[in-house]
Amino acid sequence: MKGFLGVDVGSVSTNFVVIDHNNEVLVDLYIRTKGQPIRAVQEGLKQIASEIGNSIDICGVGTTGSARHLTSILVGGDSVKNEITAHAVAASAVIPGVQTVLEIGGQDSKIILLRQGVVTDFAMNTVCAAGTGSFLDQQASRLNIPIEDFGGLALQSKAPVRIAGRCSVFAESDMIHKQQLGHNLEDIIAGLCEALVRNYLNNVGKGKEIVSPVVFQGGVAANVGIKQAFERALGVEVVVPGYFSVMGAIGSAILAREQVRKKDKTNFKGFEASEFKYKAGSFECKGCSNLCEIIEIYHDEQVIARWGDRCGKWENIS
Amino acid sequence: MKISFPYMGTSHIAFKMLVKDLGHEPVVPPKPSKKTLTYGTQNSPEFACLPFKILLGSYLEAIEQGAELIITSGGAGPCRAGYYGVLHQKILQDLGHDTKITVMESPYRDIIDFLGKIRSVIKPGGVSWWTFIRVFKKAWEKLKALDDAEILSHEIRPFEISRGETTKVFKKCLDIIDEAYTLKEIQEAAEVTKKMLKSIHQDRSRRVLNVGIVGEIYVVLEPFANLEIETMLGEMGVQTHRSIYLSDWTRENTGFESKANVIKAASPYIDELFGGHGICSVGHTVLYSKKGFDGVVQLAPFTCIPEIVAKSILTQVTHDYGIPVLTVFLDEQTGKAGLQTRLEAFVDLLGQKRDVIEGAAMEGIAI
Repeated sequence: MKGFLGVDVGSVSTNFVVIDHNNEVLVDLYIRTKGQPIRAVQEGLKQIASEIGNSIDICGVGTTGSARHLTSILVGGDSVKNEITAHAVAASAVIPGVQTVLEIGGQDSKIILLRQGVVTDFAMNTVCAAGTGSFLDQQASRLNIPIEDFGGLALQSKAPVRIAGRCSVFAESDMIHKQQLGHNLEDIIAGLCEALVRNYLNNVGKGKEIVSPVVFQGGVAANVGIKQAFERALGVEVVVPGYFSVMGAIGSAILAREQVRKKDKTNFKGFEASEFKYKAGSFECKGCSNLCEIIEIYHDEQVIARWGDRCGKWENIS
Repeated sequence: MKISFPYMGTSHIAFKMLVKDLGHEPVVPPKPSKKTLTYGTQNSPEFACLPFKILLGSYLEAIEQGAELIITSGGAGPCRAGYYGVLHQKILQDLGHDTKITVMESPYRDIIDFLGKIRSVIKPGGVSWWTFIRVFKKAWEKLKALDDAEILSHEIRPFEISRGETTKVFKKCLDIIDEAYTLKEIQEAAEVTKKMLKSIHQDRSRRVLNVGIVGEIYVVLEPFANLEIETMLGEMGVQTHRSIYLSDWTRENTGFESKANVIKAASPYIDELFGGHGICSVGHTVLYSKKGFDGVVQLAPFTCIPEIVAKSILTQVTHDYGIPVLTVFLDEQTGKAGLQTRLEAFVDLLGQKRDVIEGAAMEGIAI
């Protein structure tokens, strides 16, 4: 059976999916990046390989996420696409006719508007990561509750407390004040969900026309508290797709399939790539006043890729 | 006297010559770098904008090289930049430097002040007003040659066959213009560099997108501040047209709009100056849309009030004209990955939009 692999390497999680010709997800995997994208990618490849065995023949690979270029070198990617396009592609494949995509990941949040299946506008948080997954993670661990239970607790609240959501530092101190005043945990958590949604809509969603169907995806979509807060704020139903946490990977697998159809062969290095000895190094180029930080990726002792230079002096290896 | 000036795009090449012609020693601050940013952020108020910090860093670097006088320009309207010269001066004083900052304000506002400041520069150099006018014209010619080369480079880059070649040739062009000294030499250099850029190996069959660049003047003009956005876009197959060049007002006939036109274009949305280049960002976006550009990128320093106001208005412009606008807030980050992601997605969006419009046009459907 033919399959297409999509890999989305983000700041917090590294996601893999294998899909078939009909966008059916055959395998999906969500692991933590833990600041080590190379290891996460190799670990993921290993797990995918052991799950599918010889039953699926990988005919195309797509990568996305902030480490998409690195990942493409490691696994042999056919398409390398930014996560905004990948998420839009996946959303319109999974929910035909979708007009608004809300996506909140580990370090970034975005909104994508589609009309007739085409992206017409998007925005991504720029200078502030308030209200993204990392912050929720941090608060869950501060309050000593598993992140999985966070949303459920919010739903139990009857009177959400008002929390300042503009900045995660403000939000945290506001939460601590309210907690010390004696508000109960459910109300504080529900208040935080509302604050984050308010911040998202004011910041990322500013001036955007949010029309149904609205899809909510990315790791934070697991949080039912946030989903409910979105529905309350927008007054429309918000759909969380089944594979909400790996939508970027699904999009990149679809893009890989399109790419391979055009050129009819894949660059995939095979699952052996999970055993290769990859190593990353860096140095500062002193060629001019830019002092670029050059990253080098080694396979065994050989440099297979370099980037980070502004002038292109190091990018071309040969 | 050792005279320095802000580093902004390629303009230092013309200013250097002008200072020399006025009988002083020019101090060209180094191209802004991480060091400039460190100097700037260390000594600026935390909430000041990126241009303020880079300029302060540049001044400190120029002072290290012995600058005794720094000549800069003022700002118009209710933008903090109008006070920046004064604040820069106070910070330099607090740091124990006696270097003076002269802020050139618009001559339309106070002609006496303007002429007085020029006099204070030309008199110690022993230069007459006639000579001043002559060498100023020459410097202006050089500025135009520099801008012309840059405009052309942004037109050609998306067609280049070997990636990075335009940037390399453009750097050589700058050296050639830098060496030209007499008016005749400058005019010749302008011709030579035009030819050099045009002879870059190109694939003209490519379908490129057209994007207009609007926003606050410093971040639009200085590639270090905007993470070389025009080069990045060019290498993604996008022709960029910048709304601001220093030599603007002498070239209204070459695709550049007069300020009056820009303000008129913005007037259905806002008819009041609200500082900096805010109103121009709105007006230029309207004009780019009317000229059939595929999209607009707005560059704004983080916390810049005029551009924040413009951003809110641009939503309505997009709604009325259908022109996609991507706003990029710039601050101290030097990592390009985030910007790269947004630009790639923006370029995807523009490409798809064009395909839809053309597809519909072929089928005779009105959109």
